[in-house]
Amino acid sequence: MSKVFRVEPPALPPQGVSVRTRRWRRVRRLAALPIAALALAGCTIPSFGASPGATTSSKSVFDLWQGFTIGAIIVGGITTVLIVWAVFRYRRKGDNIPKQSQYHVPLELTYTIIPVIIVLGLFAATLVVENKEVANPKTNVTINANAFQWGWKFTYPGQNVVVVGQTTQDPEMVMPVNENVHINLTSSDVIHGFYVHAFNFSRYALPGVLNQFTFRAVNTGTYDGQCTQLCGLYHSLMWFRVKVVTDSQYTTWLKSKANAAAAAAESAATNQQTSSVVPTKPTEGNS
Amino acid sequence: MRNEAKLLLSLGSFFGLMVAVYWFWSHENAGSVMMFCGMLLCFLPGSYYYFWSRRMKPRAEDDPNATQASGAGIVGTFPGTSIWPFTLGMGAFFVVLALVFGIWLLIPGLGLAFWAIIGGTAEGRRGGPH
Amino acid sequence: MTDVLDPPSVAERHEHHEEHGPTGILKWLTSTDHKVIGMSYTVTSIVMLVIGGAFAELIRAQLTTPNNNLVSLAQYNELFTMHGSVMIYLFMGPFAFGALANVIVPIQIGAPDMAFPRLNALSYWLYLTGAITMLSGFFVAGGAANFGWVAYAPLSNSVNTPGAGADLWIGGLLLTGFSAIFTGVNITATIFYLRAPGMTMFRMPIFTWNMLITAILILLAFPVLTAGLIMLYCDRHFGTHIFSVAGGGVPVLWQNIFWFWGHPEVYILALPVFGMVTEIIAVFSRKPVFGYKGMIFATITIGALSLGVWAHHMFTTGTVLLPFFSIMSLLIAVPTGIKMFNWIGTMWRGEVWFSTAMLMALGFLFTFLIGGLTGIYLASPPLDFFTHDTYFVVAHFHSVVMALMMGGMGALYYWGPKMTGYLLNEKIGKAQFWLLFIGTQVFTFPMYLLGLKGMPRRIGIYPNHPAWQNLNDWATVGAIMIGLSSVCFLVNIMYSWKKYPAGDNPWDGHTLEWFTTSPPPHHNFYRLPQIRSERPTWDYNHPGHSAAAHGHAGEVLIEKEPVS
Ligand code: HEM
Ligand SMILES: [Cu+2]
Ligand SMILES: [Cu+2]
Repeated sequence: MSKVFRVEPPALPPQGVSVRTRRWRRVRRLAALPIAALALAGCTIPSFGASPGATTSSKSVFDLWQGFTIGAIIVGGITTVLIVWAVFRYRRKGDNIPKQSQYHVPLELTYTIIPVIIVLGLFAATLVVENKEVANPKTNVTINANAFQWGWKFTYPGQNVVVVGQTTQDPEMVMPVNENVHINLTSSDVIHGFYVHAFNFSRYALPGVLNQFTFRAVNTGTYDGQCTQLCGLYHSLMWFRVKVVTDSQYTTWLKSKANAAAAAAESAATNQQTSSVVPTKPTEGNS
Repeated sequence: MRNEAKLLLSLGSFFGLMVAVYWFWSHENAGSVMMFCGMLLCFLPGSYYYFWSRRMKPRAEDDPNATQASGAGIVGTFPGTSIWPFTLGMGAFFVVLALVFGIWLLIPGLGLAFWAIIGGTAEGRRGGPH
Repeated sequence: MTDVLDPPSVAERHEHHEEHGPTGILKWLTSTDHKVIGMSYTVTSIVMLVIGGAFAELIRAQLTTPNNNLVSLAQYNELFTMHGSVMIYLFMGPFAFGALANVIVPIQIGAPDMAFPRLNALSYWLYLTGAITMLSGFFVAGGAANFGWVAYAPLSNSVNTPGAGADLWIGGLLLTGFSAIFTGVNITATIFYLRAPGMTMFRMPIFTWNMLITAILILLAFPVLTAGLIMLYCDRHFGTHIFSVAGGGVPVLWQNIFWFWGHPEVYILALPVFGMVTEIIAVFSRKPVFGYKGMIFATITIGALSLGVWAHHMFTTGTVLLPFFSIMSLLIAVPTGIKMFNWIGTMWRGEVWFSTAMLMALGFLFTFLIGGLTGIYLASPPLDFFTHDTYFVVAHFHSVVMALMMGGMGALYYWGPKMTGYLLNEKIGKAQFWLLFIGTQVFTFPMYLLGLKGMPRRIGIYPNHPAWQNLNDWATVGAIMIGLSSVCFLVNIMYSWKKYPAGDNPWDGHTLEWFTTSPPPHHNFYRLPQIRSERPTWDYNHPGHSAAAHGHAGEVLIEKEPVS
């Protein structure tokens, strides 16, 4: 009982004690509500609007997201309750002047130290996920992704396979499932953003910088990707797709692509032209 | 004066600490230089105030028990009205327009600016109009 | 003749000035009175808010339906660039440190004017000409700047963005940048040198304290932006290659420079509003600021940390030290949290009066809480990777800036009567508040979800995407409500024009500005009370109710009745 009281401003008039204690308990009960609700929900923590992720690291990012959100709901909830309580409980009724209390050092220290602890906890959780995400594990598959105004070029080194697409035809980056896929991201003009929503991940494609990261997809499927960094007139149209397929499908796809490229190279005297199209800027009035 | 000095010196010290950690951790140049300059920018006026705060009596505004009478006397000189800020502003405007539309705009730009600087200085000496 | 201010004879001198000073347009052009300049700043920044708001409504109109072609993609790029630029550079910044600060800071510390009145006037002219310069981009061939308000290199170089619009953007920013620097110098000097006797540093009102830290941040940050802009201009026109790979430059350098200014800028916009809200909450709760010293400590900490967090805007470049910037950014949440709880503590056991100003301050509290909490996500690199440059970020910073706008509106309702002598209508004010408050939530919440569902920012058209459609509709509804609230504000000004005389102290204020007349005389005071706490006017009006136990408050030394 006296513990509870330490949080209140000091020097309460004696007759106020019981009423205020009751009130304070009520506040605590209200604050406990969201926690209880979450405990009840148990294993089915809601997604809070985010995508659960289709790669291993995007799943950890999703967990982190849920953790942060639960924390935010608790902290935000308590704060909102306090605001609403203060506003309605202490709304002006007459012309009296309230007690002019200004400091309560233990209370102030409490709400300095608790946030510091929360922040350090969030930072620790962040570090764990971040290290997982930026790790560079051993990989068998490498894809060079190159962004240009306004499209993407995916090159499979050593395979004679290149996929290019811009504005109206979205290119498709094919990659195998359950396999560490190493991406080398570059840009040939301005800054672009390589963003795959289902992978909960984005990274800038910077001119003059090689950015590298690894995806390990856990489900097959086709996912939308889009440029997220403003790159000029047709930024809105810089879509691509990521197609995650099984290992055998992947090998087949690579073969057929390579064969097609070779055939094209043979049939046309203009070697290389089909596989690595020099990107041209669309002209004004692109639909 | 003492508190003003302390504020700037502690900000500067904090930036110093921060830039040390940052530099040894990242070896990144641009940010380190900018933070370092931020530190200097705090130390420069901070040490000036500190220097003077040790050599002068607390001013009436630093004295918690000062009465309004203890501040009596000249606070400063304040011009009532002046056209020169406007003139200088227009000069700067034309100088910037010269960056965009052609170098010839520097003629009115610098002209107005010099006129304003001379006029403003003279007004400051003379104690301008109201 | 130059005015020599010595308090006992202020009144006679000033009677004289008010009769003979210029009026009308000449007053506007030549005044060096901080109140007149502050008023010019206020009006100009509100005009900028209306312009930026009009762009915002057009943006939302375009985004209401998929594959819309209300505006072309080229126009859309200009629209959001100029919306962001106008709002940040021309509205919120000058409003925060030029408008109310200019009027209120000298009065709150008992000063007759700013330390450098003519420099102050110059600041205003640079701001106005800068605004005209930037906006005139719409009238040149090729249109206004279209590289986003952050002008990332190399998109902003002369190859990718030729045309005068971009140069006008740079030029306008150079002018407003110098304007800000001069204001920073002025505020710092005023606070350091022109305080009234007894107004020690730790008796300054929180608003003044916040303005001091803001001014110091301006001095630390703005020169960096100005330098960066000059480099950008040289890259565009003098063949240097500072930001271009081709000549051996580094594009990311621009981002480092820009955000080294840009993050402190966030606090340059926010700290003044924190100060405004602090004053409003204390006055309308009839209590001193809870944890006054802790509040100051929090402000200084925010200022100090804000110089070391810039690269949290660059997590996805893959070129920055993630843990350093992550922990520094997370740490800023701590002083911000202290402020939040101090605000609540100020209301606790108070007598809360729901005036429009107070409602706006409460709207600020809640909206800023949302913006602050979502900011914590963005300080965590893995979470930033998946929300960066999506509508989640747009929603986050709109929660913040709309909160700032509410705080600023509250401050106009609170201090407007002091500046003009007339109150605004409270009924219309409350309508404005509810539209703004509800509109903001209706506008931002769908945008958070849009971001989580993968909608990137700065896209002028988007395909028909089942998860996005309803959300975009709601965001537009919110935007319309916010627009209507601004209309309410303008209507209120016209409706209340010179209708409700305010008197000197309509809210039972705490600080020195409520001790003088509304509007204050030429050099602000006919008399000053004894200053024994950070609430001299309150101490004077309510002897026996001071928060500080010691000292004799309420003694007036320079007795002189105000001249009407
Ligand atoms: C009427 C209320 C407002 C509405 C409806 C609104 C709407 C929007 C929208 C939809 C965007 C995203 C454009 C895009 O990414 O395609 C945007 C961007 C932005 N807004 Fe607002 N906004 C409002 C008020 C404000 C205020 C008050 C500020 C600042 C004080 C502000 C600052 C910005 C900035 C800096 C951007 C980023 C521009 C860029 O991406 O370059 N907005 N706004
Ligand atoms: Cu793009
Ligand atoms: Cu920031």
